[in-house]
Amino acid sequence: MAYLINCPHCGQRTTDEFYIKGDASKQRPGTIGDDTMNQWHDYVHIRDNVRGRTAEHWHHTGGCRQWLVVERDTVSHEVYAVAPASSRTPGKTSATPARKSAARKTPARNTTSRKTARGEKK
Amino acid sequence: MKYSVFSLARNALSGHKNWQPAWRSPDPKPEYDVIIVGGGGHGLATAYYLAKVHGITNVAVLEKGYLGGGNVGRNTTIIRSNYLLPGNNPFYEKSLQLWEGLEQDFNFNAMVSQRGVVNLFHSDGQRDAFVRRGNAMRIHGVDAEILDTHALRELMPFLNFNDGRFPIMGGLMQRRGGTVRHDAVAWGFARGADMRGVDVIQHCEVTGIRREKGRVVGVETSRGFIGCKKLGLAAAGNSSTVAKMAGLELPIESHVLQAFVSEGIKPWIDNVVTFGVGHFYISQSDKGGLVFGGDIDGYNSYAQRGNLPTVEHVVECGLAMIPSLSRARVLRSWGGIMDMSMDGSPIIDKTGIDNLYLNAGWCYGGFKATPASGWCFAHTIANDAPHELNSQMRLDRFRTGYVMDETAHGAQPNLH
Repeated sequence: MAYLINCPHCGQRTTDEFYIKGDASKQRPGTIGDDTMNQWHDYVHIRDNVRGRTAEHWHHTGGCRQWLVVERDTVSHEVYAVAPASSRTPGKTSATPARKSAARKTPARNTTSRKTARGEKK
Repeated sequence: MKYSVFSLARNALSGHKNWQPAWRSPDPKPEYDVIIVGGGGHGLATAYYLAKVHGITNVAVLEKGYLGGGNVGRNTTIIRSNYLLPGNNPFYEKSLQLWEGLEQDFNFNAMVSQRGVVNLFHSDGQRDAFVRRGNAMRIHGVDAEILDTHALRELMPFLNFNDGRFPIMGGLMQRRGGTVRHDAVAWGFARGADMRGVDVIQHCEVTGIRREKGRVVGVETSRGFIGCKKLGLAAAGNSSTVAKMAGLELPIESHVLQAFVSEGIKPWIDNVVTFGVGHFYISQSDKGGLVFGGDIDGYNSYAQRGNLPTVEHVVECGLAMIPSLSRARVLRSWGGIMDMSMDGSPIIDKTGIDNLYLNAGWCYGGFKATPASGWCFAHTIANDAPHELNSQMRLDRFRTGYVMDETAHGAQPNLH
């Protein structure tokens, strides 16, 4: 159950200590302008809304006040991994054209590569 | 068979052995004019109004579970039309008007009870906000009145009037609001649609949407391929999952909302009353159980169950508002999966795919909307264009900026 979260800084804590921001697969567009409005719309409004394993940004407001990435299952509520958001590769923002065009379609791949990189399998 | 006092008497004389099932359980036909995915309240209402208002009867409603097993049976049964925004209020008022005539209309006792809905306020600022909302309602021709504490003490002597930090200063009352027996809504619409020729097909899960040259030609289901000329999605809770089958990505997150009922007690709470400090709403069912709920759990979920911190939070809110609730015991709790949209308002619209229509994003306000949602969705499907009432419930409003955000929380669904 998603009742207990193993915060990397504070240990096992209950979910009501956390503010849940949501989907961590979203990539923030690097620039603001007419050419990136579709990406912004996508970033702000559109969700994969995964039925199953997902990664989300959680803020430990009632504890260390650090941003975390919680990987869990939206059907079983099982929590697989909790890691500091700062350790996460797709979190970096960038305005490079390559990233712009890659936005949106990459979350699944990012999730996989991140897990593999950290060797977190369960 | 029409239900009436005569049919009751006739069946009583024959020992109640000759009642017929309220709807058929047909096998799917190879093709329909319209298929509705989702046999919840909204899907069944859509089929009902397609048949009744638009004369489109070659319709199937596909439900993966059983009727009444989803959100239509997982809410706190409240109906009201106390909305602020122009794009919302006339729609919900249409819904309330449909509720008012619904039982005669579909010949089924849904126990519509207009017992009044009261929203308490606890500060000057909150009173201003509720007066504003009441005025907006009255401008739209909807009944609304502000009750002072004297009137509230008469009506609800059990409220905690001695809270020094959050004193009850009054309430916004909509007398035409109330409750409805939710299962009977599903059954009544199903029976009404079935009587007009609609096939209500239970235990038939849609697993894919087949398209040719861009248009939808039918759906893959657990009972084989079924063709259709038009396809309507009304699968709230799982809207994103179903829409993905057609390549659509929606501005929706699925969240779990819990609700609770206490043991049955004598008549005590006559109205529906909501707390203005935390999020808590309560009414008493005709069986005597106190039916109440609060916030969504706050994390994305497709599990029809929630967690204990939210239970504790809801009960704390309840006790702060009605201290004597501590004497009642909770009998049952349940969870439903909500389509939480990015502005807290629903979507009834065309999709950009020619013959695919979407009804989604009901957040936790879908039950009261059931009749108008079906009515407007049927209109949208039949005419290939939205009705004026749902003309602002557009799918593209997030892109264009014409959002309808009643609470002004922005694109953060767990705050709506």
